[in-house]
Amino acid sequence: MQLHNLTIRAASEMLASKKISSVELTQATLQRAHEVDSKIQAYVTIADDVALEQAKQADERIAKGENITPLTGIPFSMKDAISTRGVRTTCSSKILENYVPQYNATVTDKLADAGAVLIGKTNMDEFGMGSSCENSGLFNTRNPWDLDRVPGGSSGGAAASMSAGLCNFAIGEDTGGSVRMPAGFCNVTGIKPTYGRVSRYGLIALASSFDSIGPMTRDAYDCATVLQYIAGHDPKDSTSYKIQVTNYHENINKPVKGMKLGIPKEYFVAGMEVGVESSIQEAIRTYEKLGMEVHEVSLPHTKYALPVYYLLLFAEASSNLARFDGTRFGLSVSKDAKDVVDIYLQTRHEGFGDEVKRRIMLGAYALSAGYYDAYYLKAQKVRTLLRQDFENAFNSVDVLLAPTCPTTAFKLGEKTSDPLEMYLSDIYVVATNPAGVPGLALPCGFSNNMPVGMQLIGKHLDEQTLFQVGHAYQQVTDWHKQNPGNR
Amino acid sequence: MTQYEAIIGLEIHAEMLTNSKMFCGCSAAYASAPEPNTYICPVCTGLPGAMPVVNKKAVELATLVGLALNCTINEHNTFARKNYYYPDLPKGYQISQYELPIASKGYLDIDTPSPLAPLPKGEGNDDSLRPAGEGSGMRVTIRRAHIEEDTAKLAHEKNSALVDFNRAGVPLLEIVTEPDMRTVEAALDYATKIRAILRYLGVNTGDMETGVLRFEANISVRPVGSEELRTRTEIKNLNSFRALTRASAYEIERQIKVYENGGIIVQETLGWDDVREVTVSQRGKEDAHDYRYFPEPDLPPLRLDRAWIESIRAQLPELPEAKTQRFVTQFELKEKEARFLTSEKALADYFEGVVSKSKSPAKTVHSWIAGEFMRYINDASMDVKDVPVAPESFAKLIDMITDKTIGASAGKTILTELFTNGGDPAQIVKEKNLAQVSDEGFILEVVTKILNDNPKEVEQYLAGKETILQWMMGQIARTTKGKADPNVARELLLKLLEERRK
Repeated sequence: MQLHNLTIRAASEMLASKKISSVELTQATLQRAHEVDSKIQAYVTIADDVALEQAKQADERIAKGENITPLTGIPFSMKDAISTRGVRTTCSSKILENYVPQYNATVTDKLADAGAVLIGKTNMDEFGMGSSCENSGLFNTRNPWDLDRVPGGSSGGAAASMSAGLCNFAIGEDTGGSVRMPAGFCNVTGIKPTYGRVSRYGLIALASSFDSIGPMTRDAYDCATVLQYIAGHDPKDSTSYKIQVTNYHENINKPVKGMKLGIPKEYFVAGMEVGVESSIQEAIRTYEKLGMEVHEVSLPHTKYALPVYYLLLFAEASSNLARFDGTRFGLSVSKDAKDVVDIYLQTRHEGFGDEVKRRIMLGAYALSAGYYDAYYLKAQKVRTLLRQDFENAFNSVDVLLAPTCPTTAFKLGEKTSDPLEMYLSDIYVVATNPAGVPGLALPCGFSNNMPVGMQLIGKHLDEQTLFQVGHAYQQVTDWHKQNPGNR
Repeated sequence: MTQYEAIIGLEIHAEMLTNSKMFCGCSAAYASAPEPNTYICPVCTGLPGAMPVVNKKAVELATLVGLALNCTINEHNTFARKNYYYPDLPKGYQISQYELPIASKGYLDIDTPSPLAPLPKGEGNDDSLRPAGEGSGMRVTIRRAHIEEDTAKLAHEKNSALVDFNRAGVPLLEIVTEPDMRTVEAALDYATKIRAILRYLGVNTGDMETGVLRFEANISVRPVGSEELRTRTEIKNLNSFRALTRASAYEIERQIKVYENGGIIVQETLGWDDVREVTVSQRGKEDAHDYRYFPEPDLPPLRLDRAWIESIRAQLPELPEAKTQRFVTQFELKEKEARFLTSEKALADYFEGVVSKSKSPAKTVHSWIAGEFMRYINDASMDVKDVPVAPESFAKLIDMITDKTIGASAGKTILTELFTNGGDPAQIVKEKNLAQVSDEGFILEVVTKILNDNPKEVEQYLAGKETILQWMMGQIARTTKGKADPNVARELLLKLLEERRK
């Protein structure tokens, strides 16, 4: 039996029926991580001690029959942007290489309360700035489907940890596709929830008004399970919704017959890999067979999504990253420093990678006196238009379907010399973040033996429908069950 | 020589008296922290991932001040990031308010007259807000008041600096005027009144020496009669009224001299050197920060309900100006007397407490409070709110003087006793045998003895040195321990002296 490819549901049933203990499951996962991860490099930190301690506690809960949740005793990985008390949290940046948080992110606390077992922290593009994990300040992560290819980004380590079977679910974070795009590259299910549905407290911010923490899992059902336990209002995050969390499993088995699926025509343009397009068309036909009505819709401002997204992200990131100044935590370079400004300059020079520096400079520029109106303010106005695009579309359909990326996973080094080329790989996933709407990525086929991902985009706070529609698809397909070991 | 006038605008940074900090649950009482860096958490030290949450009480206090200053409270206001690097600013930005502050367009009337030329037309310069201009005093227009967070404190060592984050994140209210004031006196008057209002509202202690109230003055000068606004300079971190007035006066003189010598004023930020008493340049225009303000994405806009704002308005106490006018009419005090009593809410309350328990005229109560009472608490460096003498006791004491049970000097003795040991004034009179004696026989005896014992002084008096009379009255008071009714004593003294003249 392959423990490492279990769904949460299956693992939880085994734990409940005492076929296996959480400690055994955790030990097996840790052992596999130590064996396999030297090739994949999904993990920045493997937290053996924490994992085994949490597994022991989970077993006690299970033995007493107290306080058991579907996540109790289940091993998971966490993107290294989310604070874990006592376990170093690097954001895959040299500037935080040895930073150990003194406090837990709300999501970390919630998962611990649910009894989940933290295996380790996963690699990412530095501070989330990238689409391939090649911008990690620490090392590259490889795609378990082809070690010469990237896992996507920025939650590339998280997606790789799932497809390589190094955990039973992963927590990622999506600022402009960072859960969905790597999920597509690695044949994983993953959701970017509605902005504000999951607390950001303790998440090291990239772009505060976009950042959305979301789970990566083996199927939509598991995805709903995890989101159920991490969603909700947090008094420590003023931007989190006060609205009660819906039961994500409530409608999950309901037929989708008669529901309306929208296909945004702006997403189907030249440049898409043939195998990707055919997989998406096949998925649309599957939904037709399930009785959904398919309608073409228009998101007319789509062409502005990428520039608006990047401009606002640069601006917010330039401010969010100001606190990394070498005076209180993390890297501090002060050799030959004449004054505190020298410490700032040396620390940031050595601590930040090129892409981070590029974005800080562009962001500071966009916020500067005399440029603010033309860039930041204008982008905010267009952001409103992007949001309205989705609102209008959802007047006529229930969910939208689109690819997660124009291509499958590309080769390491293929796009690193051209940042703009790299930015373009996010073209299908960025628009949801300025709009705040949720998106669920699902495996939907293969192109040249590499996984193809699609995403379902829903109304604000309507994750329930996404899970229902995603689950319906996974009941009649088995793309999500493929992994590098069994295909 | 050209006559110049000054154009002065003030910014006041007032810490708000809340229990916790502006954006986290840490105690804001940094001054009483046991050690540096004890009242801190991930939020106020800017740890990665920490997020701010707005302190409701601070919003209430800011609203209260806005209403007291006749401002419009903006139902929709937003926080913004002010980006700059400094070791006392842990996040690399200060959370402040920029485009949409909590309060805007208010005013405060001051007593100092100020020739007010019309301001150039433009945003914020609303002449309709100004009073007609007749009579004394003027109206200072408040441009805006906004909420922000205080910075940490730096302690500079020989080759390093230490940072104490206990103060980081303490709520501040910044109150900004239009450049309405034309004299240093007007600026001082305004600053004094703002301080009194903040104290009345319980928003700020007003203890300037602890740095809870800090001023910045924006100053330019121009020839009288001119309507142009010339280049201004900004003097930062003025931590006392003295620094405010000295620095402003110095800067006005400096600018006039520069113009008189054919020079020009450059826009710059200045500091005030308290020791040398000069302004010193800290930052020129070319080094001016570009703060790259943008809306704080970690905080949704602050939406204040109209009904909520009105509920805060209902909490507004009677403010110094209104109280002064009431004291003048209700207690028939002179404006100056009333203004003194209302300069501090605790003092005004004490006065009213005594008046309400006393049968004596309010004027008498005022003169005792303004006199002996203030002398005592000033000597003891005591705060009015810490005065141990209950208004009832003080009222009793004053009433005994009014009905001549005791004399004024016995009154002073009893007041001291009340301050140091407490007790009942009537009881103290009995115990200390301080009751006033109007019995002519007893007083005659004393007066006769004093005249007999001091022939030289009697001679001087008779020779025309009338001031000697006061000295003799003092002798009588001393001999009788203040018990002799001074009116009776004076009458007898004059009578006996006249007899001796013959």
